[in-house]
Amino acid sequence: MLVLSLKNITSYLELLVPEFMTKEELLSKLKNIITPYVQNQEGLNSLNENTDFIKDLEINSANLVDVVLDVEDEFDIEIDNESMEKMLTVKASLEIIESKLSAK
Amino acid sequence: MSKRRVVVTGLGVVSPNGMNVSEFKKSIQSGKSGVQFIDKLKQLNFSCQIAGYPVYNKDYLNNYFTQIQLKGLNATGMEYGVVSGMDAWRDAGLTINKTDTPNWDHGVIFGTGILGVDKFREAIYKVDQGNVRRLGSNSVTQTMASGISAFLGGILGCGNIVTTNSSACSTGTEAILMSYDRISSGKAEIILAGSTSDSGPYVWGGFDAMRILPYKYNDNPTAASRPMSASAKGFVPGSGAGALVIESLESAQKRGASIYAEILGGHVNSGGQRNGGSMTAPNSEAVQHCITKAIENSGINATQIDAINGHLTATGKDTAEIQNWCEALQRNGDDFPYINSLKSMVGHCLAASGSIESVATVLQLKENFVFGNINCEDLHPDIAAMISRNKVPAKTISFSSNIIAKASFGFGDVNACVIFKKYN
Repeated sequence: MLVLSLKNITSYLELLVPEFMTKEELLSKLKNIITPYVQNQEGLNSLNENTDFIKDLEINSANLVDVVLDVEDEFDIEIDNESMEKMLTVKASLEIIESKLSAK
Repeated sequence: MSKRRVVVTGLGVVSPNGMNVSEFKKSIQSGKSGVQFIDKLKQLNFSCQIAGYPVYNKDYLNNYFTQIQLKGLNATGMEYGVVSGMDAWRDAGLTINKTDTPNWDHGVIFGTGILGVDKFREAIYKVDQGNVRRLGSNSVTQTMASGISAFLGGILGCGNIVTTNSSACSTGTEAILMSYDRISSGKAEIILAGSTSDSGPYVWGGFDAMRILPYKYNDNPTAASRPMSASAKGFVPGSGAGALVIESLESAQKRGASIYAEILGGHVNSGGQRNGGSMTAPNSEAVQHCITKAIENSGINATQIDAINGHLTATGKDTAEIQNWCEALQRNGDDFPYINSLKSMVGHCLAASGSIESVATVLQLKENFVFGNINCEDLHPDIAAMISRNKVPAKTISFSSNIIAKASFGFGDVNACVIFKKYN
């Protein structure tokens, strides 16, 4: 019983937390997600809102869908085709993640 | 030993817009699309719910398969491949070897990307249910990649090479060049060359997941495949098979066979996934190298090419392809050859694309036309800046080409380019 209720509390917290996530926290989570796909380490070191996934980080364009799937898993959201097409920069990605989180 | 001359003496095709060569010819001349909405894809939550696939009544298969072969047949790629292959064989005036001795000079090189996915799904369910003993005798033969060449080789009684090549979307063009090499070097006289690709959600799903298919044309399927267009939004998945009987000129003349075209040569290569090339994108330097080498091997020069049947899938890569042709041929503007893409009408038939498109290329040479590109009224401005608009005909034109280049490029950064010539 105790284990069960602890589990319930944890998942309840997990549901709440994203809404209170700061921009910094979001960025840090996004950075963790994209890191394995990045081919230009320098771009990653100077990651900021204007960073372009393909131009600055040299992420293979085919891998962008994998980034989106990882984002969906991390934040427990679903990203539609139109939004996905816009997720080419850090800024656009953060905006989309935030809007999907607030719509939850 | 000098290279022997090699010709095409038979054609067969099972295409989304034609179940045989004459139907197919009529369709490509009139710009008939074979792309359709597929309710099954909608039910399965695909973004792209359209595809090009051959439509026929299952009874049609009785002309090609025995009742025992049809029992448990659940591999569309096998159906397309066998129908197109046997049609090409008959078209060449060849008969099924009814003797006990295989014909040592006849072979089959028939490629595919993956064969019998529906059969494989059937097998997976049975295995997972602990029911492996219920798979029967045909699970392996319908799902092994070489099932298609094995089937054809067995039906026809071929005793030379019988194999299946696989190089993604360059498979079909590669099969033709492998056949050319073997015949020109004297190791075979006749090879049935071609390729096939299964239909269905299990083949197309992976591409839908990659978001490289158009998803805004589900209610307007025939407008979806837009190679070279400014509004191209990805390739439409397709399926089918194409087959060509490739033969030494010597053998064709001895038989008195009618000749569709000559194959002058070609080249296959890889960009090594370097310098812009990747698992899914071509290295432009390698594409140009492949075209240049194909021309060199064919003993012609670039100015002699009258028309190009491109790979041109309707993605953002079309512009790069045109640029590569311009660079490799050192031709542009009004001096550029006519260029077209069959994919505007049938979609991208994946492993089958190279062979189906080669059938279209050979028909253009033989029948003196250049088929029109549908859905390209709005030529991409970057392409219009490189080549003249009239080199991308929107409607079929009468034109007697002497030489047509056909190229295919595939995942894995692999390329193939073959040079066909009018036979005279």
